[in-house]
Amino acid sequence: MSSFSLSGPGRASFILMFAAWGASTAHADGKVGDRYPGIGRMATPAEVRAWDIDVRPDFKGLPKGQGSVRQGEVLWEAQCASCHGTFGESSDIFTPIAGGITPEDIKSGRVASLMPGSNQPQRTTWMKVATLSTLWDYINRAMPWNAPKSLSTDQVYAVTAYILNLDSIVPADFTLSDANIREVQERLPNRKGTTTAHAMWPGTEFGGSSKPDVQGSACVRDCRKTLVVKSFLPDYARNAHGQLAEQTRLVGGARGADTSRPAAEVFMSNKGPALVATTQVAPENIANATSPRNAAAAAQASVMPLLQKNACTACHAMDSKLLGPSFKDVAGKYKGRADAVNYLAGKIRHGGQGVWGSMPMPPQALSDAESTRLAQWLMRDFSP
Amino acid sequence: MLNRFIRRAPENFLSRDQIQEVRAGRRGFLSGAVAAAASAMVAGRAMAGGDPEIMNLPMHSKGLGQPVAARGYGLPSEWEKNLQRRESPGLTRVPQSSVSFCPLQGLFGIITPSGLHFERHHQGWWDIDPSKHRLMINGSDATMLKRPMVLNMDELMRLPSVSRMHFIECGANTGMEWGNVAVPTVQYTHGMLSCSEFTGVPLRMLLEQCGADFKRARFVLAEGADGSSMTRTIPMSLVMNGEVLVAYGQNGEMLRPENGYPLRLVVPGVQGVSWVKYLRRIELGDMPYATKDESIHYIDLMPDGLHRQYTSIQEVKSVITSPSGGQVLLDKGFHTVTGLAWSGRGKIKRVDVSVDGGRNWKPARLEGPVLSKCLTRFNSDFVWDGKPAFFQSRAIDETGQVQPTYGDLRKVRASRSIYHNNAIQTWALEENGEVKNVQL
Repeated sequence: MSSFSLSGPGRASFILMFAAWGASTAHADGKVGDRYPGIGRMATPAEVRAWDIDVRPDFKGLPKGQGSVRQGEVLWEAQCASCHGTFGESSDIFTPIAGGITPEDIKSGRVASLMPGSNQPQRTTWMKVATLSTLWDYINRAMPWNAPKSLSTDQVYAVTAYILNLDSIVPADFTLSDANIREVQERLPNRKGTTTAHAMWPGTEFGGSSKPDVQGSACVRDCRKTLVVKSFLPDYARNAHGQLAEQTRLVGGARGADTSRPAAEVFMSNKGPALVATTQVAPENIANATSPRNAAAAAQASVMPLLQKNACTACHAMDSKLLGPSFKDVAGKYKGRADAVNYLAGKIRHGGQGVWGSMPMPPQALSDAESTRLAQWLMRDFSP
Repeated sequence: MLNRFIRRAPENFLSRDQIQEVRAGRRGFLSGAVAAAASAMVAGRAMAGGDPEIMNLPMHSKGLGQPVAARGYGLPSEWEKNLQRRESPGLTRVPQSSVSFCPLQGLFGIITPSGLHFERHHQGWWDIDPSKHRLMINGSDATMLKRPMVLNMDELMRLPSVSRMHFIECGANTGMEWGNVAVPTVQYTHGMLSCSEFTGVPLRMLLEQCGADFKRARFVLAEGADGSSMTRTIPMSLVMNGEVLVAYGQNGEMLRPENGYPLRLVVPGVQGVSWVKYLRRIELGDMPYATKDESIHYIDLMPDGLHRQYTSIQEVKSVITSPSGGQVLLDKGFHTVTGLAWSGRGKIKRVDVSVDGGRNWKPARLEGPVLSKCLTRFNSDFVWDGKPAFFQSRAIDETGQVQPTYGDLRKVRASRSIYHNNAIQTWALEENGEVKNVQL
């Protein structure tokens, strides 16, 4: 190939080089840094060998070697089974490797349990992978999970052989090698189970479609007749992702829902300062409280101004321990005690220490009527 | 709901020094502090004639604040601690091979703060010494390029660079919701999504420097330096048009370690798994590589039992980030409905918002900039009258593709797939002010 040097073809070529720089470097000699002198250097053959470990579907890159199912079993038990299960069946930590395969699948190259109407709960590696190179390559580069690249070439063959045997793709006395791996490829149960006929690869290399398979509607008026909620989170899962109130910003147009409690039945608007709530419940919402749950909510709402005015909620939450015990625990502890209202009203006014631990509760500046009202709420109306 | 009644725990009104005193056992001090805090609040509430936050000058108006450089690297306000990357309980079993979701519900604009960028690691993350990191470029055989090369970070950072804003979305984003509602908030439904300004070198420039033969080399393999040495086949069309970057910069600083420090691939519009982190090697070849994450995972099971392979483009999608699942509206009256739209095929052309579950739609305002393969912020006005509502957003990209409903999507792809769920999201606003994740 000719190189475009300034001294050679002259000015016309120089312009050409500039305009089609990509082509020019593609045809340049082995010098590094035609356009960006001093940037980068040639990789040595030893360096390329050290890092170029990938194995392609045509097995280019596969090193020579061999390993038996039996050898693989020993390695598997020692280094793989703790995550993947003895038979590669475990889904405890990663998706299962083996299972869901029939001898017929091995013959046909399509997995019956993936077909329409089947109800296979979980897909295993053998139900999905169409190329054996993929498995060999990944074990070689990434396994064992906590000590990747620690297996020898023969050990990678052995572990691959063991996995193949788990679904009887090879027999128990099989030895996998670079010489027979192409024959084994022709036994993979899902080897004919993939397609690239789609529009989700940017380019024409796979000959896929250029037209997306799914197209929505741009309708803007009267676009649907019925509106049915088909799926929602059940109430018992309300707190499954933790306390959502603690996962949303404390200021702005919305707060996180308090998922440690059931949803409120009525809307309680909050126009107060963002971080120190001064919620007042609309009187009509209290008046409308008819069910027991509503009654409890209404009672709570009615004492809430008092709780907040006196900063009770700085130390006490409804049903979880903060600095002090929860209101729920206090209500539970004194339930059935005849003088509970008087006792608690006194405790609120005078403070205390030692009943719930060493953290003191300071005396509170409430009137007798106010402290009695709070104590009555705790003992009569409280429901977390 | 009741969280609105609950004051922040005492840790948040005691100073750090005061908390230390409490922990040291000087509890007498605490009762004084609590009493003082309580009495201050009582005094505040009792004051007539105005908002106590106005009437009582706060400490920060009457005292001396903190010095410059008190934090050599700044941190968000103490009041912003609720916004964290979080795992979805039960989704994965080992934290090194897991996902943390970005708190989209609290973000503004289109750029994701680097510390809140979602994470997906297959074998744990590393903080790699950049002086020891190398990028190798070679061919599957000697005819693919003239010169297999090695570059270090110093050399890469001397080259002409570009900075571009792009979204990155995991192919499995919203994957938990294919069959039914499974998670409560937008953080978990859509939080494997982030957007940054990336700085780096077009991969094409490096391949040309190596003397690549682009007629023969139709496929690119990218490989990471971490334990799994993640590999993916990268679309050559995006390399040739200059979009694929070998990037070291993210939002004005170097990449975060969780995002691939010091070098990662940026493959605009393509699912995140192709944006190989800790990028150590590029190989040119004449056939695709069928790597683990394109043969065992990130393949889409279709109703006919075939797996679609090399599904890479993240198709047109949008979601309302607030009001969104797990939130409670503060009050009736005016609210801004805000959200994000994106397409792996180019720019967003239009976003429509519905508050009646998709019966009627009106166009939302697109807030600029509107960039190709980048998040686009949209806003829409909403006045809540206290009645239930069903919020939806629907994006249309510049190729004319319209974001589908779940019905549209399942009609073609059923619901056995995990990946590439770009269906319209519905948030139900209930009369009690709570917003919930539902499917219609």
